[in-house]
Amino acid sequence: MESVLGRYRNLVILVGVLFLQVLGLAMQVKRGGNDTENTRLIRVWAVGAITPFERTVLWVQNSGSNLWHNYFYLRGVRAENRQLKDQIEQMRLEQVRLSEDAAQARRLQTLLAFKEQFISRTVAAQVIGSSGSDLSRIIYIDKGENAGIKRDMAVMTSDGIVGKVLLVFPSVSQVLLISDQSSGVGAILEKTRLQGVLRGTANGEVVLERVMSDEQVPVGETVLTSGGDQIFPKGLPVGTVTKVGNGKELFLNIKIKPAANLSKLEEVLVLVEKQERQATADENVRVRAADILAQRLPSVPDKPATDAIPAAGATKDAAKPALDKPTVKPAGSTTATPPAAKNPSATSTASSAPGVGQAAKPVDHAAAVKKSPTAPGSTVPGPKPDASQTKPTGEPSKPAEPTSPPANPQPPASESSPQ
Amino acid sequence: MPITYTSNEQVEVYRFSIPVTVGVPLLALFVQAFLPLRFPRFAVYFDLPLLVTIFFAMARRSPVAGLFTGAVIGLAQDMLGHNPIGIYGIANTVVGYGASSLGVKLDVENAGARFLVTLGFYLVHSAVYFTVARGMVNMTQNWSWSRGILAGLANAILGVALFFLLDKFKQRT
Repeated sequence: MESVLGRYRNLVILVGVLFLQVLGLAMQVKRGGNDTENTRLIRVWAVGAITPFERTVLWVQNSGSNLWHNYFYLRGVRAENRQLKDQIEQMRLEQVRLSEDAAQARRLQTLLAFKEQFISRTVAAQVIGSSGSDLSRIIYIDKGENAGIKRDMAVMTSDGIVGKVLLVFPSVSQVLLISDQSSGVGAILEKTRLQGVLRGTANGEVVLERVMSDEQVPVGETVLTSGGDQIFPKGLPVGTVTKVGNGKELFLNIKIKPAANLSKLEEVLVLVEKQERQATADENVRVRAADILAQRLPSVPDKPATDAIPAAGATKDAAKPALDKPTVKPAGSTTATPPAAKNPSATSTASSAPGVGQAAKPVDHAAAVKKSPTAPGSTVPGPKPDASQTKPTGEPSKPAEPTSPPANPQPPASESSPQ
Repeated sequence: MPITYTSNEQVEVYRFSIPVTVGVPLLALFVQAFLPLRFPRFAVYFDLPLLVTIFFAMARRSPVAGLFTGAVIGLAQDMLGHNPIGIYGIANTVVGYGASSLGVKLDVENAGARFLVTLGFYLVHSAVYFTVARGMVNMTQNWSWSRGILAGLANAILGVALFFLLDKFKQRT
């Protein structure tokens, strides 16, 4: 026996070492899903041995790059600056338009008592390494427990989602990319509103699964997070549909091009805190002159004549100054109704406040809500978004003007002139 | 001077200093983890830890040393990923044992032999990895001969260059 063992000593050792590894592997497989957490202690050694090199090299690389780009290579900076300024102007215009849409969405969400998730805090982190294998699509970032990062937190860039935190060490975290075959993200198609599960494949592609084959999915459609996985908040960009084909069973095989460039990640954001709260019609949302007019104008012809006479008589004195004053003077109206003017938050309540003209017409509020989407075009007349943005401070005074008699044809006529 | 015959008595056995024994595999793991950030296809076609395993195994010409070198480097490689630990470990153990056994019998000092040995062991490594990953861990794996041979050739070319570089750290016993 001894002679046999001695003769095949190398082979016996090989079998022994392989057996131990197979045994270890089998134990990990049997434990199942949460395997990385179980082997965390062992992985710490490898990560601890490798990441200091990566940090050092990145630091040297970034320092050199910063020195070159910030002090020596400044060619074309002026042109770029001019271009960026133009871009800012364009984006301001866009912002005005989007803020109108957002305000409308909030109002509708309030009506529907929606609960939505908000990103309340993110931590920026630098990508310092990868697994080094195309069969394990993970990256390492230079922030860990010390920065408040925990397992299963969402990781993204400004372009779109990247993955989720898989394992956390004191100063390093391991992030599983959405292109890994063990990842899964709840996703929804932007226009068709079809929901599916986003998965990675063995060769690193990203596909959307669980969409029935009788559905029509156009190539180029945007994919967003659906929020169903409880990791990514709803509505974050995921990517675009690049190819649609028949998949297994009754489902489509939809290939997705990720919005974030997963193969060249440098900096990422880790979503460390998100809040779930009920949507509210934002108190700070600006109420535009057009909104107020939209609320007030329809009320004028519907006003019963019987109410108008005593009201006119009762507010005769109050009405007179309003008539005398030019309506283009918001400052004058501020003095007439101090509470509304002083409190900017009153802008949102002003529309529903029991003003003289509005109290009698609850229908007007709904009309105003409906009308508001049509208004934006008229409220942003020219390329001066700043003017419309700075309006809120002056505008709040306008809702207070209902002190003027509603039956009076003058205020609407004069106020509608800005339109 | 290395001898190119197949007798155990005649082949030259090398050893390495501790800094080289520890540092070179660590450096290989670091480069393998770092370069894909700049060159995403690097991880698809190259496997530096495997090349280092083959080099040490062939130079030491001891199957036991070779299999342990492969096991340690492979397990370290597993630890950097998120898949169960042991898949690379098993594959590299087999390669380490095979390379050192072959090193005893063949002249592996010339470029041609190194090229063929590296190409062959890359394919062996891929086959073992594929079998273990699919058979034991139930991972979805697609075997592609074209990709395997292409990556094998790429590793063989890099291996020849790398082995000549690492030859400088050899110490005769």
